[in-house]
Amino acid sequence: MFAYLANPARFMRVSGRAWRFVAASGIAALAIGLYLALAVAPPDYQQGESVRIMFVHVPSAILAEGVYYLIALASFVALVWRHPLADVAAQAAAPIGAAFTLVCLATGSLWGKPMWGAWWVWDARLTSVLVLFFLYLGYIALVNAFEDPARGARAGAVLALVGVIDLPIIKFSVNWWNTLHQPASILRMGGPTIDRSMLVPLLVMTLAFVLLFAALLLLRMRATLNERKARALRLAAPPRRADPVSTGAAPVLR
Amino acid sequence: MTLAAWAAMGGYAAYVWPAYGIAAALLGGIALQSWLRCRRSERELDRIQRTTGRQ
Repeated sequence: MFAYLANPARFMRVSGRAWRFVAASGIAALAIGLYLALAVAPPDYQQGESVRIMFVHVPSAILAEGVYYLIALASFVALVWRHPLADVAAQAAAPIGAAFTLVCLATGSLWGKPMWGAWWVWDARLTSVLVLFFLYLGYIALVNAFEDPARGARAGAVLALVGVIDLPIIKFSVNWWNTLHQPASILRMGGPTIDRSMLVPLLVMTLAFVLLFAALLLLRMRATLNERKARALRLAAPPRRADPVSTGAAPVLR
Repeated sequence: MTLAAWAAMGGYAAYVWPAYGIAAALLGGIALQSWLRCRRSERELDRIQRTTGRQ
C-alpha cells in the first residue's frame, strides 16, 4: 500500500475520498464514546465521578505516544528509503500529536488535583510525558528552521528517531520508579484489571481519537502537497499579469 | 437522576468539565485549523492552475 501511494497524485485521489469517510466515522465514534463516558459508565468506587476524566486522558495519552511512534517510523522510512510521502506524513502528524500530548497533560492535571492533592508532581511518568511534549515542539521548530525544506526534514527525522528513547521510558516509568501515577490496567500481563463498564467507553473513545487523528493527518498531508505543487507551478511559470507590455498596449503612466 | 445532579458530577464538576472543555478546545482547534489550511491550499492551487494554464 505504501508503494502504491508513493505517487502524490494517486495519494491525492485516494485521500480526497478517504478523509471524509474517516472523519465521519470518527465523529460517530466520538458521539457514542462521549455518551458512554459521561452518561453510561458508572462512577468509580474510589474516584467517584472524577473517573470520567480518564475517558479523555487515557485515549489522548495513547495517541500522544502512538503518533510519536508513527513520526519516528515515517522518519526512518524517509531517511532510509526516501519514500516521497514519509516526510510529509511525519510533519503533518507532529502538531496533532502535540495537541494530544497537551490534552493528556491538562486532563491529568485536572484529575490529579482532586485525587492526589496536586496539579503537578515531578515524578517519572509526568516528567517523561512533558519531555514528549517538548520533543514534539522541538521537532516542529527544527523542521521549520531551515531555508531548504529537505534539510529541515532530514534534521527533524534524526531528532524524531533519537527522541524515540523517551517512549519506553514513559511506558515503564510506572514500574521502574516509585511514582504517584498508577501502573497499567489495560495492556498488562494477565489481561486488563479494569471493569468492562469502563473498558468499553475507554476503547470507543480511543477508536474515535484514532479515527480523528487519521482524518486530520490526511487533511494536513493534502494541504502540504497542494502547497508544494502550487509553489512548483509558481516557480515554473510566473503567473501572467495583464501588464501593458505583454498585451502590446501603451504603458499607462500613473 | 436529574440533569443538575448529572452536571454536578458528584462534586467534581470543577475538574471534569474543564477537562472535557480543554480537550474539545485543543482538538477542535487543530481540526478546524487543519481543515481551513487544506481548503485554502486547494483554492490557491486552483487559482494558480487557472492563471498559469498548467495542471
